[in-house]
Amino acid sequence: MSTITTIKKGLEIKLVGEAEKTITEVVAKRVALKPTDYTAVFPKLLVKEGAEVKAGTPIFFDKYREDIVFTSPVSGVVTEIKRGAKRKLLEIRIDNDLKNESLDFGSTDPKKLNKDLVSEKLLKSGLWSLVRQRPYSVIANPENEPKAIFISGFDNGPIAPDYDFILHGKGEIFQAGLDAISHLTKGKVHLNIHEDLTKTKVLLNSKNVQINTIKGKYPSGMVGPQIAAIDPMNKGEIVWMIQPQDVVRIGYLFLEGKLVSEKLVAITGSQVKKPRYIKTTVGACFGDILKDNIVEGDSRFISGNALTGIQISKNGYLGVYDSQITVLPEGNEASFIGWITPNLNKFSFYKSMFSWLSPNKEYDLNTNTNGGERAFVMTGQFEKVFPFDIYPMQLIKATMAEEIDEMEQLGIYEVEAEDFAILEFISTSKIEIQSIMADGLEFLRKELS
Amino acid sequence: MKALEKFLDKIRPNFQKGGKYQYLQSTFDAFDTFLFVPGHVTKKGSHIRDGIDLKRTMFMVVMAVMPAMFFGMWNVGHLHFLNINETATFIETFFYGFLKVLPLIIVSYVVGLGVEFIFAQMRGHEVNEGFLVSGILIPLIVPVSTPLWMVAVATIFAVIIGKEVFGGTGMNIVNPALLARAFLFFAYPSNMSGDKVWIAEQADGTTGATPLGDLLTATDKTQIDALPSVMESFIGTIPGSVGETSTLAILLGGLFLLFTGIASWRVMLSVFAGGYAMGLIFNAVDTNVYMALPAHMHLVIGGFAFGAVFMATDPVTAAQTNTGKYIYGILIGVIAVLIRVVNPAYPEGMMLAILLLNVFAPTIDYYVVQSNIKRRMKRLDKITA
Repeated sequence: MSTITTIKKGLEIKLVGEAEKTITEVVAKRVALKPTDYTAVFPKLLVKEGAEVKAGTPIFFDKYREDIVFTSPVSGVVTEIKRGAKRKLLEIRIDNDLKNESLDFGSTDPKKLNKDLVSEKLLKSGLWSLVRQRPYSVIANPENEPKAIFISGFDNGPIAPDYDFILHGKGEIFQAGLDAISHLTKGKVHLNIHEDLTKTKVLLNSKNVQINTIKGKYPSGMVGPQIAAIDPMNKGEIVWMIQPQDVVRIGYLFLEGKLVSEKLVAITGSQVKKPRYIKTTVGACFGDILKDNIVEGDSRFISGNALTGIQISKNGYLGVYDSQITVLPEGNEASFIGWITPNLNKFSFYKSMFSWLSPNKEYDLNTNTNGGERAFVMTGQFEKVFPFDIYPMQLIKATMAEEIDEMEQLGIYEVEAEDFAILEFISTSKIEIQSIMADGLEFLRKELS
Repeated sequence: MKALEKFLDKIRPNFQKGGKYQYLQSTFDAFDTFLFVPGHVTKKGSHIRDGIDLKRTMFMVVMAVMPAMFFGMWNVGHLHFLNINETATFIETFFYGFLKVLPLIIVSYVVGLGVEFIFAQMRGHEVNEGFLVSGILIPLIVPVSTPLWMVAVATIFAVIIGKEVFGGTGMNIVNPALLARAFLFFAYPSNMSGDKVWIAEQADGTTGATPLGDLLTATDKTQIDALPSVMESFIGTIPGSVGETSTLAILLGGLFLLFTGIASWRVMLSVFAGGYAMGLIFNAVDTNVYMALPAHMHLVIGGFAFGAVFMATDPVTAAQTNTGKYIYGILIGVIAVLIRVVNPAYPEGMMLAILLLNVFAPTIDYYVVQSNIKRRMKRLDKITA
């Protein structure tokens, strides 16, 4: 059964460097697990440098939730354990021996299981870490009862990967994953597809889920606005979310009993010579997979998209939840009276600039802030792109002031930091809203736990 | 330009922490970023950002004020030559007004920016662009004959008490430009009203009251007919503060602000609607002369249009929620006309109406936001029940 949900507000940002729909297999000889990919995980190591591991071998676990373990995506040798300030664990680097040996977790028909069996298997294999909860975007607690599980089957962010293309031919595995996931909640599993973007049968013919057809531009492909439109969150409620490619990994685990860490990643952005899809491994090293494919010059490497992604060094590692790499030019050059010149090469939401004259133009944007940070001055702008029944500026200000009661009243539990990315983009005052909200949510989580 | 950039790069370290002129950092910064949008890159959050910034936004508002300013300059000359019974060419007329108005603008900018720079320096902040707009609005809402020192004192008062004590642009409660006007109005009333201040170098023995002034003293309905016609008032060839007379020029700027989305159409529209509605109500009651003034006249005389387009729409001091903007706008229109008609002490109600609603805007927003909160609570109750 499919219902149509319209998410009216939003903004489409067209960038140069969409991935061409070809798949190149690029072997990642180096992979890494990054505890920093996960919110609020206190890693305790289980291996030492030089240890031989297989796909599925536990590498570390969460000190405060010992059943949540994180396992090696590939078989090989642990080469380096990288720590940062105060010995914070940053990366566990593993040399891939390319043998793809996995521990055997036993294959079972996911339809015949129950919640306990499914979560036990996910926990053991380390794939539980792919199930995240809202609020707070932390790894789900297997003992909780989520009111629903949301899977967004499309991405309409800047030069986003096409999940139709990524999931092509994986119908059976994807369905197996959905079957397993459907045991995790007594509520619904929502699989959200886009009215125009989604055409693949893999998604359209999925069973055992509620398929919702979404109409609208970015950020309608993000789980936050989808939840708000379909089944809004309330204080005390929990919703879980899973990425489509992770559903596939879960499918493999149940059907074949193995940890399969293959991942299709869209390499995008104007600094990429040949933007395309590559077949590589979870946690792959940028140095391996972007080799010889980057244009000369100062580049920014982003795991994820240009709005919500994380900056990674050029030899960093792909984030565990990401299916996209964006490489953009750094914008560290000053521009003479740039605040008054027409700047036809810059995209703007506002009519004070001229990008509204060419709605279909793809822009080659760099990382310049295009102005200095100021106090909030303009009003009524966020409301035009923020697809929530929330007063965004009031919530941001309450969050800055750490007023817990006010944050709750204004709807803090319905949002995550990433939902504010589009506001941060259009902010005239260049306020770093995502980090304000991330800090606020962390403060709230600590205060209330 | 490369040479200039290199020069700035060279001297920049002197103004940064540890440099020789460290105490001038904000000042240097202001000029530096005015000349070159710096090559700062995003550090956290979104890696790409919109091309807009506050400088451009404020500059757009200044652009929008230009028609009213140029018309005001011409009108100053026009009224002067009319008053002394001389004919002058268009160029002469404009140039006369230009020379009268320019000193007001220069004083307002130099004094206002001076205060802003000092405060930015003391706080170690970047200089905010807010005063770019206030600085042009202040000279346009005073009579042309206002002594320059008064403009200077009022500007200092407005920037310090109206803005900086609250923490600078974005934190202020009332519109600084209007506060400057209110300061002048209450501190030096004889220079702000009457029939001797609106025309530059007025000939002795002549009078030059504004329509508002005439109306305030009117005792007989025939005096309404003696007022400038609707068309004259709309075009703006009438006495008044420098930039406020031409509704046409103001609306041109207003349309530009609406098109660029900088000013809120909700506020602008509802101010006019509120004023017009109140005018109609008075027409219906009709117990004194002023009440009989046709409702549409209220919109084209005095500072009504200027206030509606450039003052009420100030995003910092207006209501911030969309629903709140309607309420805020309508109340401004209603109260402005109410003060004009009912209170004999004040010829112009627009300034006071906007200042009053500036103060009440947060309260309006509070109740609007409460309704959103209540909706959320209701949803929660439904689940827990």
